[in-house]
Amino acid sequence: MLNDTLRERAGLLATIRNFFQTRNVLEVETPVLSKTGVCEPYLKNLTTNISNQRYYLQTSPEFAMKRLLCAGSGSIYQISKAFRDEEQGSLHNPEFTMLEWYRVGFDYHQLMDEVESLVCSLMDVTEFSRITYQQAFLQTVGIDPMRVSYTELENIAGSVTGQTTKNDLLDLILSDKVLPALPQAVFIYDYPANQAAMAKIRNDVAERFELVINGVELANGYSELTDPVEQEQRFINENKQRETMGIKPMTIDQNFLAAMQQGLPECAGVALGFDRLLMLVCNKKILTDVLPFPIENA
Amino acid sequence: MAKYATNQFKSGLKLMIDGDPYTIVENEIVKPGKGQAFNRIKIRNLKTGRVIERTYKSGESVEGADVMDVELEFLYTDGEYWHFMDPKSFEQLQALAPAMEEASKWLKGQEVCEVTLWNGEPLSVTAPNFVELQITETDPGLRGDTASGGSKPATLETGALIRVPLFVDQDELVKVDTRTGDYVSRVKD
Repeated sequence: MLNDTLRERAGLLATIRNFFQTRNVLEVETPVLSKTGVCEPYLKNLTTNISNQRYYLQTSPEFAMKRLLCAGSGSIYQISKAFRDEEQGSLHNPEFTMLEWYRVGFDYHQLMDEVESLVCSLMDVTEFSRITYQQAFLQTVGIDPMRVSYTELENIAGSVTGQTTKNDLLDLILSDKVLPALPQAVFIYDYPANQAAMAKIRNDVAERFELVINGVELANGYSELTDPVEQEQRFINENKQRETMGIKPMTIDQNFLAAMQQGLPECAGVALGFDRLLMLVCNKKILTDVLPFPIENA
Repeated sequence: MAKYATNQFKSGLKLMIDGDPYTIVENEIVKPGKGQAFNRIKIRNLKTGRVIERTYKSGESVEGADVMDVELEFLYTDGEYWHFMDPKSFEQLQALAPAMEEASKWLKGQEVCEVTLWNGEPLSVTAPNFVELQITETDPGLRGDTASGGSKPATLETGALIRVPLFVDQDELVKVDTRTGDYVSRVKD
């Protein structure tokens, strides 16, 4: 069993590297450590020290890879370890492998096409569908996520202990009710603007997509935000949200902002959970079934 | 009692919820998209055995329940109370019928049982996994009677009703798995 998943893992890595090589996308390696972490309020960096200087372990290689894009790297991909504190469960391990890539000149629909080609070359998926975030809710639970009231959401989501926001309840309904009712492989795209993260916003929707296979969120991508002023404003807003949640704000990554000011080329980028992909390919239901040593045995 | 934050949730943790003691059966982190994480727990009510589901925003905390498991020897029942003794301290404890629901039909005395205490009171009693009991009543088995699947009903000395193979006779001592209520084997004297 262990040997099967080890071989499958090695096979997937080789196929992925080959896929990008034939498409002239350059493999890169960037540092796992950084002097700053992420401002996103729902991500928690792990930290370490080098000679008394605190370093943050990356939650994804996004900032470092974008700095390369700003420096003129062209399209790049990376297979690296990412670390997220307090994320442990059947689909989460605090340390995991992420495949992340950026395509210069692509928008998010072109990138969805490429994600589709890659996943098709790795596993049996007969059909991919695409549905907007709004349509996904309308079709499955009959509510318009852009207009619904908090009370309506509460009725659908069921009781939750703790203060929740509209977005919290939308997230819960998405994973409990919407995803299970969607086709086997589906791209959900055009997220509400307040769930944009680092995606471009157009006409009040974020050019963001997620790929969901068998109910498992596998990849998350954007038409990348290229405006450095708006980028800084989003960091500031995230830090404000941290403060209202009672969490320490994060120092904004000035190296990253400086690179953005040099100019991030128009591009689309996506992060794909490699261990989850392996889990789906191996027909497993929990992540630890495909990890050589889950965190409990690390 | 200590409070437990959601990141301390794990199966087996005992919590007070709506005034009742519960044990966590399953803890799952739900973290959709880029949003807030939630803990969804399946919990068993230690008084009723009923399993329910609860969702907590991660970071919330819940009061722990003063629940512990101890090994006690069953002594006797007086009809109202079931008397147990701690084999080390010789301290005696009494359980009421609701705590005995699962275990009572397997016990005749001197068995060491796992007793779950809540605030020092027996909440539930689990019989040993295997017990040896005498058959007080069963029909003589008719060999070749395949219509009943090769087994027949038998009443044990504690009053429990089980199914035994046709070759087992009245007054014999049999070994029973209390978790399933299944006959395991005959016990040779």
